[in-house]
Amino acid sequence: MNAVSPIDEARRRAGPPLWLLLELTYRCPLHCVYCSNPVEFARVEQELETHEWLRVLREARALGAVQLGLSGGEPLQRKDLEEIVAEARRLGFYTNLITSGIGLNETRIRALKEAGLDHIQLSFQDSTRELNDFLSSTRTFELKARAAELIRRHDYPMVLNVVLHRLNIDHVGEILEMAERIGAEYVELANTQFYGWAWLNRDRLLPSREQVERAEQVTRAFRERVGERMRIYFVVPDYFERRPKACMNGLGSVFLTIAPDGLALPCHSARMLPGLALPNVREASIEWIWYDSPGFNRFRGFGWMKEPCRSCPEKEKDFGGCRCQAYLLTGDAENADPVCDLSPHHHLVTEAVARAAQPQETEKPQVTEKPVLFYRDRRNSEMLSLS
Amino acid sequence: MSTVDADARPVVGRGFRLQWEPAQNAHVLLYPEGMVRLNTSAGEIMRRCDGEHTVAEIVADLERTFEATGLAGDVTAFVAFALERKWLELRS
Ligand code: SF4
Ligand code: SF4
Repeated sequence: MNAVSPIDEARRRAGPPLWLLLELTYRCPLHCVYCSNPVEFARVEQELETHEWLRVLREARALGAVQLGLSGGEPLQRKDLEEIVAEARRLGFYTNLITSGIGLNETRIRALKEAGLDHIQLSFQDSTRELNDFLSSTRTFELKARAAELIRRHDYPMVLNVVLHRLNIDHVGEILEMAERIGAEYVELANTQFYGWAWLNRDRLLPSREQVERAEQVTRAFRERVGERMRIYFVVPDYFERRPKACMNGLGSVFLTIAPDGLALPCHSARMLPGLALPNVREASIEWIWYDSPGFNRFRGFGWMKEPCRSCPEKEKDFGGCRCQAYLLTGDAENADPVCDLSPHHHLVTEAVARAAQPQETEKPQVTEKPVLFYRDRRNSEMLSLS
Repeated sequence: MSTVDADARPVVGRGFRLQWEPAQNAHVLLYPEGMVRLNTSAGEIMRRCDGEHTVAEIVADLERTFEATGLAGDVTAFVAFALERKWLELRS
């Protein structure tokens, strides 16, 4: 019998990249402390040009990609967004725009609608303008309320995404009330994932277990009151779980992210994984990238796993969790995600959670000389990527 | 369990899109950040839900096309299921 290497086996079994995420630009007028963009984003220059994005769309669609996310940074910073949407729609993609709403106006939303944009997701940082301004270091709240109004007027479902963390999770009740006021139909309360910028700020952003439980309670009560009118999803931070999430459904199984400079990633934060040879759409076809590149085959299947995952009966369910989290916490991307309580490194997570139960001095937004949080801005990025 | 009138005119829900995907050899229902792959019968029912035809007409058309009888129960059950998930809505 012919021996088939685990990698060949995984490659053969790989389905199409059903989900394509284009991070059109890292330019963004906001500077969120929890941004999942890579810390070294200021080094990423040379955004793809329009015709290059269109080629990515055509090639991915031919492979079977069907859901398209357009994000960033702030995708509205790209003047060719409408052109990209129009081509995507013509090809049969379901097009989702993920935006902070800044830069959205009557002219642009009308053009996007005409181009066939299917869906808009608006993200809010908080319901109180002060905290919002604090967290993003710009005065954006009113602009967003105006964006919500435009979205509704153009007959898109109002979908809000609010990233929760230690500094705003206690305001979940006000956030939901605000969402109701602007007519939200779906609200996703997503707890911060600790990669990228959020990782640097983790000990400031990780809520305590008590905070999470209180927020869940408030959410439940709100849900009962509004019923079907508003659907609310509350995503518990994985640090409080005993099993990891099935990150990306396993790397290289459905998700394909293209970064502004054309780098192809099996997950939007995979750039940080050392030694992962990531291909660039400027140099290779999407077909080769998805099915044949070493970077996309690296974590396919189960052959790469170490114990305890390798012999674990649950590996087909969670794929060993998140590779980036494994790397950030344990220094080795092949380890089990330490969120799993079977991982010998699980104590790293429980220790962080225990620390989060302690009160912190700088709980209140305040101006200090040195930033206590690393704002996602160019200066900090340049500083942090010097190495 | 909700019931569906035979003269109701279901249509694909707002925010959803039904399309044929050659790569999956199936009808899929697309919605914000998600997708349902429909089996053959669900696909055949859904693609007839255009807001113009009534459930009774859809049943008749399916029975004619597939040379079958007694499909009303299955079709109604599927339409009710899809209405619940907002895949379909009723045109008033
Ligand atoms: S999380 Fe905030 S700073 Fe980061 S890209 Fe999104 S809007 Fe911009
Ligand atoms: S040991 Fe690995 S495969 Fe098993 S449950 Fe934990 S993370 Fe998942």
